[in-house]
Amino acid sequence: MTTDAKAPRREYVDGATAITRGAIDAGCTFFAGYPITPASGILMAMMRELPKVGGIAMQGEDEIASIGMCLGAAMAGAKAMTATSGPGISLYSENIGLAVMGEVPIVVVDVQRLGPATGGATTVAQGDVQFVRWGTAGGYPVIVLAPSSVPESYGLTAKAFELAERFRCPVFLLTDKEIAMTLSAVDVDEYPTVGVVDRVEKNGGLPYSWKPAGAVEPMRRYGDGDPFRLTGSTHDEGAYITKDSGKVAALNQHLIAKIEEHRDEIEMVDADLEPGADTLLVSYGVTAGAARAAVARLREEGVMVSSLVVQSLWPIPETSLTAALEGIERIVVPELNMGLYRREMERVAGNRAVLGVNRIDGTMITVAEIVGAVL
Amino acid sequence: MSTITVTPIATYRTDDPYPFCPGCGHGPILDRLNDAMIKLDLDPARIVIVSDIGCSGLSDQYFATSAFHGLHGRSITYATGIKLANPDLEVVVIMGDGGTGIGGAHLLSAARRNIGITVIVMNNLNFGMTGGQHSTTTPEGGVTSTTPHGNLEHPLDICATVGVNGAAYVYRGSSFDQDLADRFVAAMTTPGFALLDIWDLCTAYYVRSNKFTRAGMEQSMRSWGMEPGLLYERTVAEYAVGYRQAHASIAGMPVAGPRPVAVDHEHGLDRPMSFVVAGSAGGKVRSAARLVAMGGLRSGLWAAQRDDYPVTVKAGHSVTELWLAPDEMPLTAVAKPDVLAVISDDGYAKAGPYLAAMAADDLVLTTPEFADVSTEARVVVLDPKAAPKRIPKTSLGLVFLAAAVSLTGPYPLDALRQAAGSGSFAEVNLEAVETGATILDQ
Repeated sequence: MTTDAKAPRREYVDGATAITRGAIDAGCTFFAGYPITPASGILMAMMRELPKVGGIAMQGEDEIASIGMCLGAAMAGAKAMTATSGPGISLYSENIGLAVMGEVPIVVVDVQRLGPATGGATTVAQGDVQFVRWGTAGGYPVIVLAPSSVPESYGLTAKAFELAERFRCPVFLLTDKEIAMTLSAVDVDEYPTVGVVDRVEKNGGLPYSWKPAGAVEPMRRYGDGDPFRLTGSTHDEGAYITKDSGKVAALNQHLIAKIEEHRDEIEMVDADLEPGADTLLVSYGVTAGAARAAVARLREEGVMVSSLVVQSLWPIPETSLTAALEGIERIVVPELNMGLYRREMERVAGNRAVLGVNRIDGTMITVAEIVGAVL
Repeated sequence: MSTITVTPIATYRTDDPYPFCPGCGHGPILDRLNDAMIKLDLDPARIVIVSDIGCSGLSDQYFATSAFHGLHGRSITYATGIKLANPDLEVVVIMGDGGTGIGGAHLLSAARRNIGITVIVMNNLNFGMTGGQHSTTTPEGGVTSTTPHGNLEHPLDICATVGVNGAAYVYRGSSFDQDLADRFVAAMTTPGFALLDIWDLCTAYYVRSNKFTRAGMEQSMRSWGMEPGLLYERTVAEYAVGYRQAHASIAGMPVAGPRPVAVDHEHGLDRPMSFVVAGSAGGKVRSAARLVAMGGLRSGLWAAQRDDYPVTVKAGHSVTELWLAPDEMPLTAVAKPDVLAVISDDGYAKAGPYLAAMAADDLVLTTPEFADVSTEARVVVLDPKAAPKRIPKTSLGLVFLAAAVSLTGPYPLDALRQAAGSGSFAEVNLEAVETGATILDQ
């Protein structure tokens, strides 16, 4: 090692720690969660760290209470996050709907484990990729981000807070046992710079408006200015219950449009496209590790291949996908489920072949398996 | 004639008439709540009425205060979050007896925490909105649409439940009580959790099905052992304030952030190298791998470790895959380890796929009992019993990994010594590293 070489600045850290730091650096002031493997590391770190910045961290009596507290706190001005795994998301379901309906910004971390039911608490899986999108009644859109490394866990957690404020909706950080619990060396200068995005607030007037093009109304905060309401029932712009079909339509269209018409603000992918390649690997989360390694190995062997690691799983990053599909004849989607995200690729693939590399046995997809599928 | 200035009575009600059935007790209860708010002269924006589902859940729309109308049985959870985020708010939950069933856990926990909210249970002994089904408080024998032959369940004593679990203020009464507004005032000004179980008549269902009357209701309370009146009153620390006091000493302390490891050694790797330790939970396998990784970081390497173990903490297998690499690499599973240490029966049971994948230039380190493992790899047997000092089971993983580092040389042993000597259990870990470094000579 020469003396003028920059000495590495690396720490040994897991994804759960990065999520905690990302949340606090993004201005999180409230956390509530219930113990569950493999998400408990986030709960414990939040209990330890959040009071240092004047925040509140709670262990709820169950998952329903935990997300309920987050919703209440958010409406009283807090930036709130909760973390759980598949069984807990099941219990969050109804309150996720309330967050959608009441336009309450919260960040929900799902550290996936193998399902269904109790499944494998310490076993990796990616089985919740459709569940988080469709996990509450009505089918209204939510935003789902998926980190594939520790630095991304940090950056995307902060991004989740930003998007939750921007769109006044629940934003999921969909991670998994391996990303959250695997210790790895991280160059401390590799973390993206994140900042606190101040909540856009107003202290009077109607709590909602169904603006055209899906813009969102600034938030109200309990105790600040005039009284205001929130309801989980179908409501007008004052949050009074209504069955007037015009008002009902305006509300529900707004909940869709505010996200669907602003997809470009949400899309995030790591595109590694090789001109001339006829195969595109689409991966996300922990499986992106093997996909990236497979791309490197294939190129070493002279095989042309493109890769798209999707960070914003929902809405589907259609613009990036369309661009990446230029000249592509075949899409390969490795994932730790039997093809839950592959079906979304089939939707945009046109006549292209879509292949899956899948495992639901609790083991990771290997580099060789992906290489084998591409060759 | 002198002019008389009349100050209009402030009200927290909107102009809209209540939507409740004739004779229903909900309206009078809400009127008394309005009276209480007038007495307290509170800023309506600083009052948050939190309601949920059922006829009681219609209540918040008839007040000009702030409101949170949430999901069935969950009002206490929202109220808790609101109060925690801003303890200066006056948070009043209006719920029905239905909510004490579906949200029973929240009721208990809020009482135990003594979160400073006031819960008014409009207890009409059945589900009114959905068709008169039985609830947690339906009396034994009570006829409802889901107990057409009489209720077989014992009714929940809401007050006793929260009372014995720490609630600061607990009152039972009825919608006919003349002093209800004063009770509400007392509850709202009590620090900590306050609950008022207010019985009233469901004229649509329970009254009709059971020939229930006001007199009957008041008599029933006593005959069922649910005495009316102020049942519990305690001086307690309110939780949201208590939380802030309890954490005041750490407020402002720096949040734990990245702490880069100093690099003071040079590594010897030109490609990634993988180690797998197959041992038992409770054997400090993960801690050992972590120290070896830290030795790698101290030598300028990248590292990652993937741990596999059952849900039990100190029973069953513990298998760690550890990568050391000269360049940054994405996280992948170890398909074929360069080095595999098999150190227990639990580990051996999990080692099969690794052993099968390994080739002649790979290395298996194991104890004499697994000396005959079936693998293409070179097998080196280390006998812990031959060590000059007894090796504790919890050190075996580190002993074997130190031996592996010593044998394969990804980085100098001094880097591992430094890592072992700088954390918890330094003395024991340093001894394990030394044993691993010398066990090969024995």
